Amino acid sequence: MYGTGILRGMGVTIKHLIDSFVDDLSFLGQRYYSDDALNVRQGTKGRGVFTVQYPEEKLPVPERFRFIPFLLYDEHEDGSRTDRCTSCGICAKVCPPQCIWIERSSDPDTGRPIPEPTRFFIDIDICMNCGYCAEYCPFDAIKMDHDYELASYDRTEAHIFDKDRLDKPVEYYASICPTDYASEEQARAEEEAKKAARKAAAAEKKRIAAEKKASLS
Amino acid sequence: MSEEERNVVAPEQVPVADSIVARFGNALRTDDRDGYEGYVVSVESLKDVATVLRDELGYDYLSSVTGVDYFDEGKIEVVYHAYQTSGGPALNFKVQVDRENPILPSLVSVYPGADFQEREIFDMYGVSFEGHPNLRRILMWDGFAGHPLRKDWQEAYFEEENKPFDSRWPGGDVKRSEAENRFGKNVSYPDEFDIDNWAPEDDSSLYAGLNKSGSNGKKLKTDSLVVNMGPQHPSTHGVFRMVVALDGETITDLQPVMGYLHRNHEKIGERNTFLQNMPYTDRLDYLSSMSNNLGYSLAVEKLMGVDVPERAEYLRVLMAELTRVSNHMWAIGFLLNDLGAFQTPALYAIRARELILDIFEATAGSRMMCNYMRFGGVARDLPDTLRDENTVDFIGDLVNERLPAAIDELDRFLTGNEIVRSRCIGVGVLPADKAIAYSTAGPLLRASGVPYDLRRAEPYSIYDRLDFEVCTRSNGDVYDRYVVRIDEMRESVKICQQVMREIPEEGEIFTGKPQYNVRVPKGESYGRVENPKGELGYYVVSKGKTNPYRYHVRAPSFINLTVLGEMCKGHKVADAVVILGSIDIVLGEVDR
Amino acid sequence: MENELNDPNVPVPDELQSAVTITSLDRIYNWGRRSSIWPMVFGLACCAIEMICTAASRFDIARFGMEVFRATPRQADLMIVSGTVTKKMVPQIVRLFNQMPEPKYVMAMGACASGGGPFKEGYNVVSGIDKFVPVDVYVPGCPPTPQALLHGLIKLQQKIDNQSIKAVRWYGQNASEAVPIPVLGPDLLDPRQHALLAQQAGQPGDSAETLEA
Repeated sequence: MYGTGILRGMGVTIKHLIDSFVDDLSFLGQRYYSDDALNVRQGTKGRGVFTVQYPEEKLPVPERFRFIPFLLYDEHEDGSRTDRCTSCGICAKVCPPQCIWIERSSDPDTGRPIPEPTRFFIDIDICMNCGYCAEYCPFDAIKMDHDYELASYDRTEAHIFDKDRLDKPVEYYASICPTDYASEEQARAEEEAKKAARKAAAAEKKRIAAEKKASLS
Repeated sequence: MSEEERNVVAPEQVPVADSIVARFGNALRTDDRDGYEGYVVSVESLKDVATVLRDELGYDYLSSVTGVDYFDEGKIEVVYHAYQTSGGPALNFKVQVDRENPILPSLVSVYPGADFQEREIFDMYGVSFEGHPNLRRILMWDGFAGHPLRKDWQEAYFEEENKPFDSRWPGGDVKRSEAENRFGKNVSYPDEFDIDNWAPEDDSSLYAGLNKSGSNGKKLKTDSLVVNMGPQHPSTHGVFRMVVALDGETITDLQPVMGYLHRNHEKIGERNTFLQNMPYTDRLDYLSSMSNNLGYSLAVEKLMGVDVPERAEYLRVLMAELTRVSNHMWAIGFLLNDLGAFQTPALYAIRARELILDIFEATAGSRMMCNYMRFGGVARDLPDTLRDENTVDFIGDLVNERLPAAIDELDRFLTGNEIVRSRCIGVGVLPADKAIAYSTAGPLLRASGVPYDLRRAEPYSIYDRLDFEVCTRSNGDVYDRYVVRIDEMRESVKICQQVMREIPEEGEIFTGKPQYNVRVPKGESYGRVENPKGELGYYVVSKGKTNPYRYHVRAPSFINLTVLGEMCKGHKVADAVVILGSIDIVLGEVDR
Repeated sequence: MENELNDPNVPVPDELQSAVTITSLDRIYNWGRRSSIWPMVFGLACCAIEMICTAASRFDIARFGMEVFRATPRQADLMIVSGTVTKKMVPQIVRLFNQMPEPKYVMAMGACASGGGPFKEGYNVVSGIDKFVPVDVYVPGCPPTPQALLHGLIKLQQKIDNQSIKAVRWYGQNASEAVPIPVLGPDLLDPRQHALLAQQAGQPGDSAETLEA
């Protein structure tokens, strides 16, 4: 009969209308602004209201989420900072739109390069958030930030991020990407241990050789 | 090199029957350059060879036509890839022409699907195709100076031939490119350009080419009218323009005009390293970036000769099929939008799509621009948790329950709706022979009754092991395209379910050591995948360096538009919108 | 008069407290405008998809009174430039901007619209829409997620909140002059640079150019 298809379609819309209250009943009075309710609403089983009430509640971004890159530094107890970046330039070379500029430091006396950047720039008007810099950095010195609330009224100055703007402590990275941070730290520790072991072995070898030499003479 | 030896080098290359090679004598020879395959045809016999290939050998489907500027040899090469719609590997034939005076016969009379692609080569390389019905620029505008893809043509912001640029490291003094330009913009003009004695070219030649004959045999006398729809129009799915010649409300002719989102993908791609092109492919068909990644990986992996680990293959297929579902959801939602069912179906479709995007975001890091695949695997394995749930459970719930339910709901909501049926059935009919001749691909081709799906016709990745049907319909109208999309979503969900059952629990996801600057062996390769929109092909030429010498994208949306004018003739203006919606184009891919 | 209307510190008698609300003219004027910013249906590229997702059920732009996407510039208050601006498209964008009635706002969504983005080096790409029309809010990202776009819209609301009816340009003497529409020549021609362009003829070899061999 003509019209049954339309009626069936209307049934679907009515079901959606009813569904939008179903989940909410189990969160009586707390359907918004609670993390539990948000997870249910946004999960695969959610049937109710799907809307995220940004800015009062925010859809959490996953750990691997990538936006603009940032640089990591280690903060010591005395307040001094060490950059993890060694200005090797791999991020600038792998960057697809070439939005990273790095000036390498050099020793004022000898002119030899020092493994730290003097200046570091990222033009976020060019950056395509691809994450290659973080993926290929051998020192875990550059990572992708989760902060997406960057809208501004002006771009002439604000949109070229310099080193001050890019620098963030390692603890910040650990807070936004706990699992990645843990596995990277573990890998670093293992690498360090291996290095130390190699060093010790080399020293041991040297000592034995010296003893041999001494005993021979 | 003899015929037999060539077969050892490139096993997938089909030899043309000796009798045919003999018939053409010197005009048809095998391409014996290192890493190349196929045949080189002489300019004079190009049309004859193409006709014989089509009529006698069954290569009825011209997939891709593209140019390559071999600057050092002073030659421009035009490369054709033809297929049999019964399945099987490509027949690749090319023709070389002098750079200074490039004139070729047009193949539009043999393969109508060559139309837009030849225009693109004319635009980008300046090759004239004799006998082409409408040889005008297609991506750039008439009057633009130069042919951008020629190797000696440089853009205003030209820095260096290849990336990475030296100015980035270790000097590193940041500057904006526009600060270096005299005009403070991305522009440069020919030296002899004199603005006071110059007049812009208008669209009169475009309008003059339209067929405005109407009102035949009607009592009412009507005037013919030319209407521009777009580039800013709510129904054109982006910055796309249709120039429509009308008789009353009936379309007598329709010319698509594009290039409003031409982002110079290929020129930038030839500057990039192989790896740097990966995130750019995301931005081609930005609704299905995972599939774009896959196609490009396949093309480069073919050249590099690397294998992909088992688990990575499963992950790739999982992502590609989820992409297909999300893309078809979008396509159906907005087809209904075009039909006037404003927003509601689209909202339901987007809701299901959002959950798929959650998987992409958690795995690859971005909702849309996934940049997930690498040459020899994928970038990351699945994360442990997704929205406080085990990721495997999340995907399991989604593909076993949520998505099937969402597809059924859309089906119940729309398929039987009388208004949808009366607006769609019999509109924009494309018969099977025309669909093949015009090189259409994807749901458009299959809705016309041609069971051509690359996942079956020339299986890649692990598709030969998976159980799924190729969905076809026979009428070739808007309604059938819609139904094919619904069916394909069901098949994709079926594939995802199999993948989640069979995927190896543990395992490598990448072969070899991640390298940021891979050198790719010399040669050419054409990698293609069944994208949600149709056959997506990448033609890559390497000269053994870290940058591709030529990087071309065979974009399904672009080539599917070739037949738009044909399909719209005789229908009303409102139907043109629906027919365009049923092709499902994405402008990022049309204009590249 | 103006000042009186703009002064909310008018004493209200106790018996009228429940019936009368005193506000400043600016505040009510801006409240009305900020809560009904109608954007134009204007999708350019990838960012447009995220813009549509923002309008869909998960992020629901209707909560800000902005769901009324208008297909015609004549009825729109906000142009969200969502995607790469190409030279071929820029004349149309400028024309659309000119057709929008005041008060009008422009938002550059994403890296491409702000400053060219990853495609900046391309020969057909404009390095930011602010080369042609004034931009009020820039939203970085490639593409900005729907929440980033919403943040940009909130920034725009804040901008509107800080405007005063006395100072706004559209009630001024020479309100809203049309931006000259660029022309497509051998490359994009900006009429505002006519003098500079006219010099070009007399100075051959000055710019690195089409090196047609």
